Amino acid sequence: MATSRGHNTNPARIPALGLRALVLILVSIVLMYLDHRQNHLDGIRKGIGAAVYPLQVVVDAPVRFWGWLGDSTTSRNQLELELGRLQAERLLTNARLQRLTALEAENARLRALLDARESVRDEVRVAEIMAVDANPYEHNLVIDVGSRDGVYDGQAIVDADGVVGQVIRTGVMTAQAVLISDADHALPVEVNRNGLRTIAVGTGEIDRLDLPFLPNNADIRAGDLLVTSGLGGAFPAGYPVAVVDSVTRIPSEPFADVTATPSAALGQVREVMLIWSAPPVTEAENATESATETEEPDE
Amino acid sequence: MSRDSASRRLPVIITLIVGLMLTIMPLPDAIEAFRPDWLALLMIFWAMQLPRTWSVGSAWIVGIVLDVSYGTLLGQHALALCVITFATVRFHLLMRVFPLSQLSATVFALLALYQFILFWVNGVAAVSAPSVAYWGPVITGTLIWPFFYMFMSGVRYRSRSGD
Repeated sequence: MATSRGHNTNPARIPALGLRALVLILVSIVLMYLDHRQNHLDGIRKGIGAAVYPLQVVVDAPVRFWGWLGDSTTSRNQLELELGRLQAERLLTNARLQRLTALEAENARLRALLDARESVRDEVRVAEIMAVDANPYEHNLVIDVGSRDGVYDGQAIVDADGVVGQVIRTGVMTAQAVLISDADHALPVEVNRNGLRTIAVGTGEIDRLDLPFLPNNADIRAGDLLVTSGLGGAFPAGYPVAVVDSVTRIPSEPFADVTATPSAALGQVREVMLIWSAPPVTEAENATESATETEEPDE
Repeated sequence: MSRDSASRRLPVIITLIVGLMLTIMPLPDAIEAFRPDWLALLMIFWAMQLPRTWSVGSAWIVGIVLDVSYGTLLGQHALALCVITFATVRFHLLMRVFPLSQLSATVFALLALYQFILFWVNGVAAVSAPSVAYWGPVITGTLIWPFFYMFMSGVRYRSRSGD
């Protein structure tokens, strides 16, 4: 140390350092409290988020450029092969779609007969994942659409194979989404084979989900497909979530130990689809749905 | 006292922007938990060198930007950065005369304090995270500090002789 503290003439002394630090620490604590309790600070978040957006684009650019370079240097031969494959695939898909139209009409007729609310087709939009890492404490990703494009908090995200996650923070031009494998995420699912309802909980491992609330006598086995049940309101019904890969029944425990593998390639996706599920649910239906969601599966 | 010209602030701002880019750059899952806290290292360096210009206020703003780009609780990283910058500014004369080994030990303590504050806030807010997310950056941050320090000293020397 050059000189002792306590003299205002001391060149090493920074004026009011302690006071400034104290004030800022208190402001931080108040901010965290407000942010945790309510969502009053979304405006601030969005403002600063928009300022960070150019940086995210710059960070994302090399990866995008590499992809573009790969695309534009593919040989003609490879492209022809790819084209042939895609055409065959399209033919197959179209053939399936023909049946789908008929099935949809039939489904609507039957629903009308049953007086059930009509399930409207969901609207989707493709979004690209930005090569940007976000929160180190959760499994998440950043997509290149935001509130400008009509994205909202809680919106469901799927890829070609199944459910990926849901939007948790919407910025103006980007949005952050949490993956279904995050340890704090849970989603209501049902077994496609028999309609058994339960909750799939993330484990923090990218390729595993847990189903902790199934009793030992539940009718579930390895290979069962889990689809979204539509309860809870965040995810539209009927999208594949995971395939059960092991069921361990321990007689001394009240619940079976069931694990599943997510259908979507959570670690590898580059493009995802955002879903705008159309039918607005009435208050009464909402209440009964959220009530049944917390129940035990009734098998 | 200090000459707060734009040309003097610019190099620091550029390093902070590069630091933020390194922070949000994607890394393979295996080494992601070991990404050093670039912005914490930068704030320690600049608060040590230019404590009048880069002090707790700047650290707080950097922290808020970090919170927004991470999507963590608004104020979490701001609080942690503010505290370690306060400690750095408070002891900057001492840290300047430390030999590199002793300085690295100090940086280790500061980074550990930084992660502890983040951990503590996560605990209060009930955010669960694997423990490697906390001690990984402290270890790598301390290990690269000597190289980081030499590199940044070079940056600082060049930017000063430039104007």
